Amino acid sequence: MPGSWDYVTLLLYLASLGLYVRFVYTGRRATGRWAAAALALGLLGHYLALLQRSHWVHSVPYDDLYGSLSLFGWLLGATYLGLELYYRQRSMGTFVVPCVLALYVAGTWPGQHLPATHLEQGPMFALHVTLSVLAYAAFALAFLLSAVYLLQHHYLRRRGATGWRCPAMWRFPPLEGLEKMSRGSVLVGLVSLVAGTGLGLAWEYETARHVSLADPKVLVTLLIVVLYGGYLRISRRAGWRGARASLVCALAFLLVIFSYAVVNLYLSGFHRYL
Amino acid sequence: MQIILIGLNHRTAPVALRERTAFSSEDAQRATAELRQAGGLEEAVILSTCNRSELYGVRHDTRGDSANLELFFADFHGLSRPQLDGCLYVHSDREAVDHLFRVAAGLDSQLLGEAEVLGQVREAYRRAADAGSTGPVLNRLFQAAIEAGRRVRAETELGTRPMSAASAGIKLAERVFGDLGGHSALLLGAGEVAEQAAEHLRQRKIKRLWIAARGRDRADALAARYEGASIPWDELPRALLQPDVLVASVSAEQPVVSRAMLAEAMRARNNRSLLLLDLGLPRNIDPAAADLYNLYLYDLDSLTEIVAQNRRAREREIPRAEAVVEGQVSKFEAWRAGRAGRDVLDDLRARLDARRRRLLESQGGALAGLAPEERAEVERLTGRLLDELLEEPADRLRRARTGRERMQLVETLRNLFGLDSEKER
Repeated sequence: MPGSWDYVTLLLYLASLGLYVRFVYTGRRATGRWAAAALALGLLGHYLALLQRSHWVHSVPYDDLYGSLSLFGWLLGATYLGLELYYRQRSMGTFVVPCVLALYVAGTWPGQHLPATHLEQGPMFALHVTLSVLAYAAFALAFLLSAVYLLQHHYLRRRGATGWRCPAMWRFPPLEGLEKMSRGSVLVGLVSLVAGTGLGLAWEYETARHVSLADPKVLVTLLIVVLYGGYLRISRRAGWRGARASLVCALAFLLVIFSYAVVNLYLSGFHRYL
Repeated sequence: MQIILIGLNHRTAPVALRERTAFSSEDAQRATAELRQAGGLEEAVILSTCNRSELYGVRHDTRGDSANLELFFADFHGLSRPQLDGCLYVHSDREAVDHLFRVAAGLDSQLLGEAEVLGQVREAYRRAADAGSTGPVLNRLFQAAIEAGRRVRAETELGTRPMSAASAGIKLAERVFGDLGGHSALLLGAGEVAEQAAEHLRQRKIKRLWIAARGRDRADALAARYEGASIPWDELPRALLQPDVLVASVSAEQPVVSRAMLAEAMRARNNRSLLLLDLGLPRNIDPAAADLYNLYLYDLDSLTEIVAQNRRAREREIPRAEAVVEGQVSKFEAWRAGRAGRDVLDDLRARLDARRRRLLESQGGALAGLAPEERAEVERLTGRLLDELLEEPADRLRRARTGRERMQLVETLRNLFGLDSEKER
């Protein structure tokens, strides 16, 4: 059930989205700053809403799919805001904030709560889940950056004026910037995923005294690490750098969706140790 | 106090006349000094660009005509007054203010929304201020105009889109590489178009600039002018390995850069992105090269299409830019009306006080029998009567709702009391 912070957060995210869209159309720096400020406040509200939810259900925010979605949205927004401040590129907010908003609404408004199943898992488990969700959020961001790269690359290669009619096209980050941001995001994701998986395996060993590599979640995670590691490698190599590497990055995200949605929903029995 | 503008621009005068009436910075300084010494203007600024020569001034006599200024303008450039017939425009007060703000905003430019004019307005003002030829009115006017120009550029799309093929191409290069500061460019050809491209690249602080032309002397000259390096024409295939941007504008019947050359270069570059701007006609770069990976090729047709589209987009921004200018003009006019209100009250007080003194002096006989204290009392009472008489007009001026209304009241007072015909201070 949505709490008081949820409505405030929703309004702030909507305001941020409106301001980001206005920013790419008008190019006014002040509008961009307000958009980022609204997003930062939205993330603060979202954080408080997650806390409120935890208090209500006496559990961690990711104890069911809805909470996990909400946490995913929060980490996606926070990672993006960090990248925005580091690279000084605001226009991507137009693509990122709708995703944050959608994840937030999907995680908050259904009004259901699946009963908590594992309350006694301890801080190592909590960190394992949080780092894994952070990794998914960073990969989602890399996907969006790669998609904008491919779109812009497409228009630049077409050579004609089509596409440049839209003022927003002149304001998205340049291809080199998108590539750097995407690599940065994937790096954050990989480090988080490797650390999160390591913690998960350590927790599993502590709990069950064995480590099961036959777990589909672990296998898909390893595949994700290999794919994104490969992306980081080819993105600087001749013949792959540029659009081809961005395509690999975008396609790799399909596996992340598979891991997050399909494995979690349908193969979750293999990933339970209590 | 009247703001007056006299000048000509690309709409009213042919280029030959604009060239003859241009002011160098020394000319501008001399002209403003002469005008102020001759007593015609209290403050003066001259704005001279390739498209306009304009003289902005402030004078106290609001009823004087502009004939003497027009004559000065003609004389200064060794022209007769009739030679300027139909070319000069004269604006005063709000019209002059509006004109300057539109100029600073790029709304009056030949190339709509061009950025250079704002810098030229700023420079003209700085020079005049340094020479001491500005005062409170022109200081305020030019600062407000610069603010209007800055706001139009920040809040509208009027000046953001490139309007020449070369600048559109460089803008596209920024879409690929971002800030060009850390990148390099190669110019093929050393003609006018290459120079234009070099100018745009230098403005963006390109890190390295190479120039290759069939005539090595011209390449050397262009390289020297833009702090680049010239390279021999026959080293072109090797030269393709380095740059991120290549601008070709060579007179040649056949493409001078073939697909094979570019394919080889891209292999050697490890497919590092290369943006090619083919500004030659006939084309200098084999169009078949467009399919090479990580290579972005634009010819004149595609760039011209982008420029035409940008021009239409800029034109759509005119109403928004005009709204910004209108707001800034109104703010300035409110300030000017407040100042004019204070001036007219000062003038009126000075005139009435002079009349009062004359009257007291003319009544010397009748007041001769009064003791000094009684004479002082009469002085005090008549002075107080004057204060009370002026209270109502001062209050009405203060309460005027708009600058325009206040200016009307000021004009009415000046007319009723003949404040411009004879200054009595």
